[in-house]
Amino acid sequence: MIVNQFLILGAAVFALGVYGVLSRRNAVMVLLSVELMLGAVNLNLVVFDRAFRDELAAGQIFSLFVIAIAAAEVGIGLAIILLIFRNRSSANVDELDLMKL
Amino acid sequence: MNLDYHALLPEIILAGTVILVLVTDLLPVKKYWSAVVGILGTAAALVPLLTLSFCDSLEFCESTGVRSMFSGTYVVDSFALVLKGLFLVVALVVLLMSVGYLEGGRFWQGEYYFLLLASVLGAVVMASSRDFISMFVALELVTGPTFLMAGWRKGDDRSNEAALKYFIIGVISAAILLFGVSLVYGVTGQLRFADIAAAIAVRGESPLLTIGVIFTILGFAFKVSAAPFHFWTPDTYEGAPTPVTAYLAVGSKAAGFVGLLTVAYVAFGTTRGLWAALIWILAATSMTLGNVVAIKQTNIVRMLGYSSIAQGGFMLVPFGALVAVDATPDVLEKAFFATVTYIVIYAAMNLGAFATIIAISNRIKSGEIKDLAGLGLYAPGLAGLLAIFFFSLAGIPPVAGWFAKLVMFNSAIGSGSGWGLALAVIAAVNAVVAFAYYGKVVKSAWFDAVPDTVSDAMKSDSKVAPPLVLALGLTFAGTIAFGVFPSLVTSLSEFASSLSSGL
Repeated sequence: MIVNQFLILGAAVFALGVYGVLSRRNAVMVLLSVELMLGAVNLNLVVFDRAFRDELAAGQIFSLFVIAIAAAEVGIGLAIILLIFRNRSSANVDELDLMKL
Repeated sequence: MNLDYHALLPEIILAGTVILVLVTDLLPVKKYWSAVVGILGTAAALVPLLTLSFCDSLEFCESTGVRSMFSGTYVVDSFALVLKGLFLVVALVVLLMSVGYLEGGRFWQGEYYFLLLASVLGAVVMASSRDFISMFVALELVTGPTFLMAGWRKGDDRSNEAALKYFIIGVISAAILLFGVSLVYGVTGQLRFADIAAAIAVRGESPLLTIGVIFTILGFAFKVSAAPFHFWTPDTYEGAPTPVTAYLAVGSKAAGFVGLLTVAYVAFGTTRGLWAALIWILAATSMTLGNVVAIKQTNIVRMLGYSSIAQGGFMLVPFGALVAVDATPDVLEKAFFATVTYIVIYAAMNLGAFATIIAISNRIKSGEIKDLAGLGLYAPGLAGLLAIFFFSLAGIPPVAGWFAKLVMFNSAIGSGSGWGLALAVIAAVNAVVAFAYYGKVVKSAWFDAVPDTVSDAMKSDSKVAPPLVLALGLTFAGTIAFGVFPSLVTSLSEFASSLSSGL
């Protein structure tokens, strides 16, 4: 099995996620970009697991945990975004500048 | 599989309490009963910790040394016991601080205590996890509920903003940490800390491992709000309800440090060169930036936010001083000891500072430093406490902070390298800078004229909620006792330093 291609794909998806987090204005899109980063992590874990033929399947089990916890985090995040949208009718992260240095 | 239920008892009791708090919220009783149940449950969880610690001298207790479960991924050793005890005591004090605060405003109470205790459960599990899966789950259990608690003042735009900023940074840092872990897994093929250390010792360092270690440490740097990854801290601290801020600054930060300690010393213990230099930089920037920016703050909680960044930098100093040092167990243990001591003392004095500020801002209805002026004239008790906790944070004997700084300097200089010495010099300069802003607040509280914003009604209203008095008393006793009898805290942290000598 050739790991390199998957590694490059994983790194590219992670970098796309980082780019999305930095450039997107809408909080929901930022959240989606974070999911992209976590997707890259899962890809890495599963690929390495297969490459090692890990008897405990630790990588695959870890990726299941990551998926479950990411789902919980999205739940929390959407609740917070909804709250902000109710109070300001906007989920734009640029407008959250009440507090500054 | 054979489970050691005695070793798991604190977690079991705490998990039971978490559920019980939710059930209490359903019952037709006053809402503060949720807090009472939470406080009793947390106190009950401390009991098995004591029986585990003094297992040798108890008849019914089977002494088995270090209790290792789930094939070494969950370990209850003396390090875990001390830090679990710390987290539970912190939880007790934060619960006591929260009761009056939540009763006084329009808050959802039952869910708040549920989330707070769930977060504490995560911290308690964190102290025992010795593999990346359980550590990640524990880390998310610590931070997840705090995202929601930061936004607990639902109608307040600042609180909303605090929650969203904290949430976004929190999930990004989790993703960065995980990416690092996935690369480490890719190089070593292991997720258990001890196995990772063994695999690194056999295979040596590689570029991929370097990237993995750096990402993992940076993920933790976000959690412990080390500069330059601190930008969420002041905003979140200012916007969140003050008891939540106290928990973030002490409980959640200490949990991050526990994770960092175990990962750095156990998992990456055999490749110290990779992380020590990184932490050296983090320590130096955190101390400098935190202290310098704190000077010009006008809001007291925001100032304590920057102060906590700086204190985090001081805690990182013993790690950073290990750069370019030969790995003798003695030096490692000294550094470990210094960080644990600092965390314990920091918890007592910082919780005390926050409790005092809650009491003060209840009275003068303001969190601005200029409104604190003249506090000593009409509330000498609170002003006295403020002075004690702030002098402790600044590191002035006889209150506890000086001893934390002493062991920190001792370990940095004792490492015997030029880099360690340089870091000690930076820390010394910063300790002086820090006194400028702590001293300014205390001076203003005692010697300046009372501003017009403080009405006569506020001056005569000397009522402090009884739970808050208890919280103030506990932290005051801790701060004084640790300062006057440092052997109290050294016996704790020496007991806890078994982790590093186990290397």
